[in-house]
Amino acid sequence: MAGLELLSDQGYRLDGRKATELRKVQARMGVFAQADGSAYLEQGNTKALAVVYGPHEMRGSRSRTLHDRAVINCQYSMATFSTAERKRRPHGDRKSTEMSLHLKQTFEAAVMTQLYPRSQIDIYVKILQSDGGNYSVCVNAATLAVIDAGIPMRDYVCACTVGFVDETPLADLCYAEESGGVSSLALALLPRGGQIALLQMDARLHQDHLETLIEAAMTACKGVSKVLDQVVRQHLEEVSMLTGE
Amino acid sequence: MLKSKTFVKKTRSGGVMKIVREHYLRDDIWCGSEACTECKQESTELLKDACIESNLCSFPHYLVPDTNVVLHQIDVLEDPVIRNVIILQTVLQEVRHRSAPVYKRLKDIIHEKEKHFYTFTNEHHRDTFIEREPGETANDRNDRAIRVAAKWYSQHLKKFEADTDGLCVVLLTNDQGNKQKAEESGLLVYRFEEYIKSLIANPELVDRLALSNNDKNEITSSKVLFPEHLPLSRIQSGIKSGSFLQGTFRASRDNYLEATVFVQGEGEDSTEVLIQGLQNLNRAVHQDVVAVQLLPRNQWVAPSSVVLQDEGAAKDDAVEEGEEEKALKISAAEAARKPTGKVVGVIKRNWRPFCGMLNISQIKESTRHLFTPADRRIPRIRIETRQASTLAGQRIMVAIDGWPKSSRYPNGHFVRSLGGAGEKDTEQEVLLLEHDVPHQAFSQAVLSFLPKMPWAITPEDMAKREDLRHLTVCSVDPPGCTDIDDALHCRELENGNLEVGVHIADVTHFIRPGNALDKEAANRGTTVYLCGKRIDMVPELLSSNLCSLRSNVERLAFSCIWEMNQKAEILKTRFTKSVINSKASLTYAEAQMRIDDVTKNDETTKSLRGLNKLAKILKRGRIEKGALTLSSLEVRFHIDSETHDPIDLQTKELMETNSMVEEFMLLANISVAQKIYDEFPECAMLRKHPAPPPSNYDILLKAAKSKDVEIHTDSAKALADSLDVAKVDGFPYFNTLLRILATRCMMQAVYFCSGMDSDFHHYGLASPIYTHFTSPIRRSADIIVHRLLAVAIGADSTYPDLMDKHKQSALSNNLNYRHKMSQYGQTQAVGSQQQPQLQT
Ligand SMILES: [Zn+2]
Repeated sequence: MAGLELLSDQGYRLDGRKATELRKVQARMGVFAQADGSAYLEQGNTKALAVVYGPHEMRGSRSRTLHDRAVINCQYSMATFSTAERKRRPHGDRKSTEMSLHLKQTFEAAVMTQLYPRSQIDIYVKILQSDGGNYSVCVNAATLAVIDAGIPMRDYVCACTVGFVDETPLADLCYAEESGGVSSLALALLPRGGQIALLQMDARLHQDHLETLIEAAMTACKGVSKVLDQVVRQHLEEVSMLTGE
Repeated sequence: MLKSKTFVKKTRSGGVMKIVREHYLRDDIWCGSEACTECKQESTELLKDACIESNLCSFPHYLVPDTNVVLHQIDVLEDPVIRNVIILQTVLQEVRHRSAPVYKRLKDIIHEKEKHFYTFTNEHHRDTFIEREPGETANDRNDRAIRVAAKWYSQHLKKFEADTDGLCVVLLTNDQGNKQKAEESGLLVYRFEEYIKSLIANPELVDRLALSNNDKNEITSSKVLFPEHLPLSRIQSGIKSGSFLQGTFRASRDNYLEATVFVQGEGEDSTEVLIQGLQNLNRAVHQDVVAVQLLPRNQWVAPSSVVLQDEGAAKDDAVEEGEEEKALKISAAEAARKPTGKVVGVIKRNWRPFCGMLNISQIKESTRHLFTPADRRIPRIRIETRQASTLAGQRIMVAIDGWPKSSRYPNGHFVRSLGGAGEKDTEQEVLLLEHDVPHQAFSQAVLSFLPKMPWAITPEDMAKREDLRHLTVCSVDPPGCTDIDDALHCRELENGNLEVGVHIADVTHFIRPGNALDKEAANRGTTVYLCGKRIDMVPELLSSNLCSLRSNVERLAFSCIWEMNQKAEILKTRFTKSVINSKASLTYAEAQMRIDDVTKNDETTKSLRGLNKLAKILKRGRIEKGALTLSSLEVRFHIDSETHDPIDLQTKELMETNSMVEEFMLLANISVAQKIYDEFPECAMLRKHPAPPPSNYDILLKAAKSKDVEIHTDSAKALADSLDVAKVDGFPYFNTLLRILATRCMMQAVYFCSGMDSDFHHYGLASPIYTHFTSPIRRSADIIVHRLLAVAIGADSTYPDLMDKHKQSALSNNLNYRHKMSQYGQTQAVGSQQQPQLQT
């Protein structure tokens, strides 16, 4: 009879987090040896795998070649077992195509493509398990994979999904919150300069709320960037220890 | 930033879907106790010396009630004596799922500072979270969670034993199994009744205990009086298959053995099922949602015309209602039989606390008494109290706890006393409570949003507004009116046209969206006038002073200004925020006198004459279009200035000036409605009046036929025309009576949000679109309309809720409910105050 209470009076969300708290992020870089770069990232129950090839020569139709910078090619897919109901089509549907496009735009803004004219960078991301914030988790995983591949970027790109409940912005929505009637917004940020790489929103929101929501999203993204930074540093330590010996 | 917690995955299977959710456990959830020195909490709810005089616990203690205690004993928990209570998250969530009204009341208690209720988020606390074990039911798990949390508290508080006189927690539960297990784990645990009875200083609390199952068995005889209610699953399948009907139970006011069930069919059509006799009524109470089964056609009956009150001494449960029921049967004529049925089950109870009087039992020592509710549609309720002698002669409130099948009456408990019966204040309180009119004094939070006195118009206000102080504006109202929300002006322009202005108090300048003052006004919905007393929608400072457009003071207004030609055709309409200075506050009679007095020729009078002339043309035009003029007997009380008792009743006489003001208000409302709808087609708040279904006119046609008068009801115009000619010689009131009857045939006019409806027509006014703009001091719909209009003309900024059609729609529903209830209340006040009048 009563829907879920997304935010209790005591300030706790369904899963026990406070409004601004992120889900637990765990990540590993360099999970595949054959690819140029790869990373696995878990943000709560949403798990994603990102693989990067390149930069390499243009494959397929040469006509897409750009003479001043590299072409970024993104492909997003979801594993058939990633949601509660088995997915019939893992990629190629309208949603995946749209998501691929969003990822492409995000990374075109972050990767220093002008260093590699006439070449191509491939980013493949797969959602292994979905529990809200798919886009953001993909961006975060792909950032790590791009770093692993050694491709220079202006900054980390960090993304986060935020929603609005009872005048309070909630950071890093899980699936139950996303489907609980929250108007949500996904934002990808280059945290150091504070530039927004991508801002995406489907729901209706009153303009008075937009600013607080974007503010909250930016804070959350900065939180994510700290975590990603730690992961990268730890990875480097491990690698340098191995090669140092 | 990131609080990484060890987390436990909670798996919930619903159907075939497996839902996996994260569940974070935290170590930063504090205990909320003042005595604690360990938790890093900023503020505490629970007092250190939580003392209450009790036989059972002589030491300070916190109470931990379980879910069922909260659900059933909320009346006692609301008492100011009960303080320092820990509400566990487990309990709060269960209450939320099981009863929305109790949940709301519980939340209100938690918000009240003096009550010292603390919500402990035990489900996310690292030490108090438990997982459901295999084979354990959800209820058992929750009970265990409550015990674990209570245990945690008692261990946590033990650490500070030295300086708290042995502060501890007491678990309250009525569940035998739960109690036993709690005792085994070394917890202090009592049954709720046991604990309340132990409170030395407050014996009266015992009366307010809801009866638990064990107690009920004691009172009632073992005889089964009523058929068993069917379980919900069978009711649902019955409704699906069509063998049962679902509807709202409406008891008859005049006959306690009769009721109708209003079944809402698909779309517009709805049916009524008649229920007769105690057995068929089967313990349903007015407003319950019930399932009914139709009886075979040969058992159908007609509604009886007998008046039957359930009176006299408490009837023994065993006594048959034989005679009274027989009387019913005889009265059932062969013709006009209606679908008749019986109640087979109750889908949702709609019990609330009822006002009424106690009938003291004739047995002197008895503690069981019958309570007679003021609302005759509610059955008498049996309650247990030791204070019967004090409560006799008082108006009291009683809540129903249950109605076992072996009991003639429902069982209930005493909630509170309202005061001596017959005292004016008490009776008014009863009226207000019974009609759910919010009437408490405004809270400090609300008052804090009032402007600081002395208040004056600032230069900034002036700069943003049009200065209309030079205009000869005046207001015309009933005598004694202190909340003047409209004023008018009319002047001739150089081109020979007329400029007419309606100036409405600019309430939204003072009431800003979303603050406590705004919320309170939206909840109250309307100012209620009850026999000399006005229950304000907004605090008096605004209603009678700053917003009231009194004469010879500068006031902020929202003006609607038309340019009209001499034929009252609108050439131009504009809206503006303004500053006005009314030149005169007149009564209807004074205004009328000025218009009629040919020697007067001042500005105000000229303005009034102009208005009056235009109003007549406007009215004629409206009536030609088919607007109805239905008089209802509006009565006024003459209040004795010393005793404030009503000394005379007078039917309101209508003067030309009455309809003059009304005419311009209608015009302003229509102009504004059109404007806000054009600007915000999705979220304009409008008012509509649906055309009544033809069957509504039956009583009118029947009455007219008795005098051989024909009434046409095909359209509003036809109805208006035929009413005009409906006259009978030697019966001067006949026409008035018919008009009163016609009013009764009408549907309720309602507020709605334009994005949620497609039919906007206002039948009574014969206008395609209508809203309320002209009384923002006493109706909160007007406040919303003012805000919409202000945004439309760029005079104010918008805010999210204003543009949300679902929130608007919810608001309209509340306003419709408040208006309906306040109307009932006002009608009833006329009724109840009339009686002593006629006796003397
Ligand atoms: Zn503590």
